Amino acid sequence: MDLTYSVEHEKYREEVIDFLKGWPLSGEDARLPIEEQESLFRQHGIDAGYVYRNVPREYGGAGQAPDALKDSIVREEFFRVSAPWDLLNQGAGMLVPTLLEFGTEEQKRRFIPKALTGEERWCQGYSEPGSGSDLASLQCRALRDEEHYVLNGQKIWTSNAKQAHFMFGLFRTDPAASKHAGISYLIVDMSAEGIDVRPLREMTGGSEFNEVFFNDARVPVEFRVGAEGEGWAVSRATLIHERNLIGNPNMMRDTFEDLLDLARRTQRGGQAAIKDPYVRQRLMEIEGYVRTVETSNMLQFTATLRGEPMKAMRPMMMNKLYSTDTMQRIQRCAFDLLGGEGMLAPSPEDIVGWARNTTSTGWVEAYLFSLGPAIAGGASNIQLNIIGERGYGLPRDPRPPEKS
Amino acid sequence: MEFGLSEEQDLMQETVRQFINQECPPTRLHEIFNAGEGHDGRIWQGLADLGLCGLMLPEKFGGAELEVLDLALVCEELGYGAFPGPFMMHSLAGVAIAKAGSSSQQDLWLPQIANGAQVATLALGEGANGWECSEWSTEVRDGRLHGIKDFVSHAALADLILVGLSDGHFAVVETGAEGLSVESQDGIDRSRPISRVKFDGVRCEVLNESGACVQAIQDVGLALLAADAFGAASRLVDLAVEYTKTREQFGRKVAEFQAVKHQLARLALEVEPTRALFWYAAHALDHLPIEASRSVAMAKAHISERGIEAARAVVELHGGLGFTWECDVQLWFKRMMFDRTYLGTPEFLRERCANLGGL
Ligand SMILES: Cc1cc2nc3c(=O)[nH]c(=O)nc-3n(C[C@H](O)[C@H](O)[C@H](O)COP(=O)(O)OP(=O)(O)OC[C@H]3O[C@@H](n4cnc5c(N)ncnc54)[C@H](O)[C@@H]3O)c2cc1C
Repeated sequence: MDLTYSVEHEKYREEVIDFLKGWPLSGEDARLPIEEQESLFRQHGIDAGYVYRNVPREYGGAGQAPDALKDSIVREEFFRVSAPWDLLNQGAGMLVPTLLEFGTEEQKRRFIPKALTGEERWCQGYSEPGSGSDLASLQCRALRDEEHYVLNGQKIWTSNAKQAHFMFGLFRTDPAASKHAGISYLIVDMSAEGIDVRPLREMTGGSEFNEVFFNDARVPVEFRVGAEGEGWAVSRATLIHERNLIGNPNMMRDTFEDLLDLARRTQRGGQAAIKDPYVRQRLMEIEGYVRTVETSNMLQFTATLRGEPMKAMRPMMMNKLYSTDTMQRIQRCAFDLLGGEGMLAPSPEDIVGWARNTTSTGWVEAYLFSLGPAIAGGASNIQLNIIGERGYGLPRDPRPPEKS
Repeated sequence: MEFGLSEEQDLMQETVRQFINQECPPTRLHEIFNAGEGHDGRIWQGLADLGLCGLMLPEKFGGAELEVLDLALVCEELGYGAFPGPFMMHSLAGVAIAKAGSSSQQDLWLPQIANGAQVATLALGEGANGWECSEWSTEVRDGRLHGIKDFVSHAALADLILVGLSDGHFAVVETGAEGLSVESQDGIDRSRPISRVKFDGVRCEVLNESGACVQAIQDVGLALLAADAFGAASRLVDLAVEYTKTREQFGRKVAEFQAVKHQLARLALEVEPTRALFWYAAHALDHLPIEASRSVAMAKAHISERGIEAARAVVELHGGLGFTWECDVQLWFKRMMFDRTYLGTPEFLRERCANLGGL
């Protein structure tokens, strides 16, 4: 056990910190719209070798030699100053790693660069009205017509589908094959004919997820990732990336620090709530969970670095549920601290997904939003099944007979 | 940057676990538990032969000069085995003498502690919630020790008692000394029996070489208790998993019921990730002094609380059997009751964390 960094890595950290003096931008650049500033700085970051470190240069990444420690140094330092870093959306966060693993050379060159910059936006088309936790029961069809697949059916809960240029999704290409074997992973151009996107409204008041209807929409065969009928295996890889996105310890720490600030600002019985013995107890109990997320993450990181991830198998399986539970504990506490202001509705500016919380209505939005990750990417009950069955060898749920 | 154990540490844990499996399986644990002494000379000698009694002591006294983390890893295994005996307090007493004893005091006691020939223990608490020296009244007047200490583990067995003084120092007394009386408190965890010890003008020596160290030793104790609690909680999870995989009702193993499976998964979820919390806290004592006191308090509070909740659920998962004296579960349940309480309940420690964190 040694929590110090080597001279090489210390030096690397200094370089990163030095580089980050360039954020926020100054001079002319500082007058650009914020999105453009972010893109600009992200591109500087790629050129300097800090952003998308592990994506090869030819696909628009920084193409650095793999070094997980440097990855984590960069992430820490970029987070510390809230500088634009790797995008953590469906495109850069999920599609890109999947293509790097399973994509053809053509697909990588065509799709990765613009997913990294965010110039082309992506959505994930897995869930259907009848297929959520039991994803492999999905019915949306993609039947072969010479050099195309013809799509018919519906996806639902598709986040960002309205803004997306492309979807990656799972479709049934062989209705005769058994449940898992008939599925393929396809890339769908959302501007194709026969695709209808209808926004849904979430309980937060925002409108992030959608229904997507396919009516004879055509997808060229070259847009299939992996072999026909192997979509399930390809999607498992994506899912792991999704769960990694959900369990981010830096976000957890930041949100907890915001909670402390809220407790300092809030008045109760003539003093700051943070001086109230009950509130202190609750905050410190929550911090026990937050510290566990942080330290367990370090443990898993070292096990992976040493090439012994199996040694950390159980905590890895627990990450998603442990993190979403912890986040919900933070949010419940914040909601109570808000008092009457907990009855206020979030304003449109508050509805941004995860963000630093500074206003009361921002906290209300976060209180509601924290339920989303507990459902998406495998609901909590499904996580408990995974932990029990794969982590502790408990009996699998009885399987219903396969429908013919 | 490495947050993981070394091969030596893995091996040491493996060795201790095998030793406990062989020498002290649950059948033997029940015997010792029922006898009430919480000790077995033969297995104590076994620990000494493995070189564990002086794990953190200097090599020149026969110790292994290892770190708090190493000692905590042994405590994890002892918790996992609900291993009876004075190991934790004995180790802490040795560390206290090594930290604050004069060289002649060290020469006198440490070799005997390191090889386990003498058993040492700690006398700290005064009354139900008196874990901080500012609340103590035990003191030395004219070279004689006066005071009353509660919850002294293995006092009847020990040769030496390190007594925490109100000024934050330790006094050392030998248990044959005049004016000392030991009265059993009939503790719930019979693997670590506790007594009230009265000191009525007892001859003693004060450890005075490098200032007050009671708080520092208590911090080490918190790390060890967190580790012990983690080990015990892990065993409780394993017991429940094993039992529900074999027990049948309604024609199936009860673990096949999803309600049971999810209950088990939740237990495991509350326990398993906290391994990293006690590693970090123990490591901090040697390497991250600024964070150490807060880290150990947080680890002990969190793990012991999660652990005792797990223990309650594990009793329930064993049905009527779980409620019996004969069932193994009660041994670990009571281990958790001790670990949760000794040196301060979670509530007490969380208030300390809040203060140390500037809240
Ligand atoms: C904010 C948000 C964003 C999302 N974004 C996307 C997206 O971009 N793309 C996409 O494809 N999907 C997305 N989803 C959908 C998400 O993946 C599904 O909602 C999720 O997989 C659960 O499926 P379901 O909604 O059909 O619930 P169901 O599967 O119907 O589950 C209902 C309840 O039953 C429980 N349950 C189900 N099966 C079992 C079982 N075997 N044992 C015990 N309990 C069980 C579940 O835990 C849940 O509590 C998103 C969801 C949310 C909330």
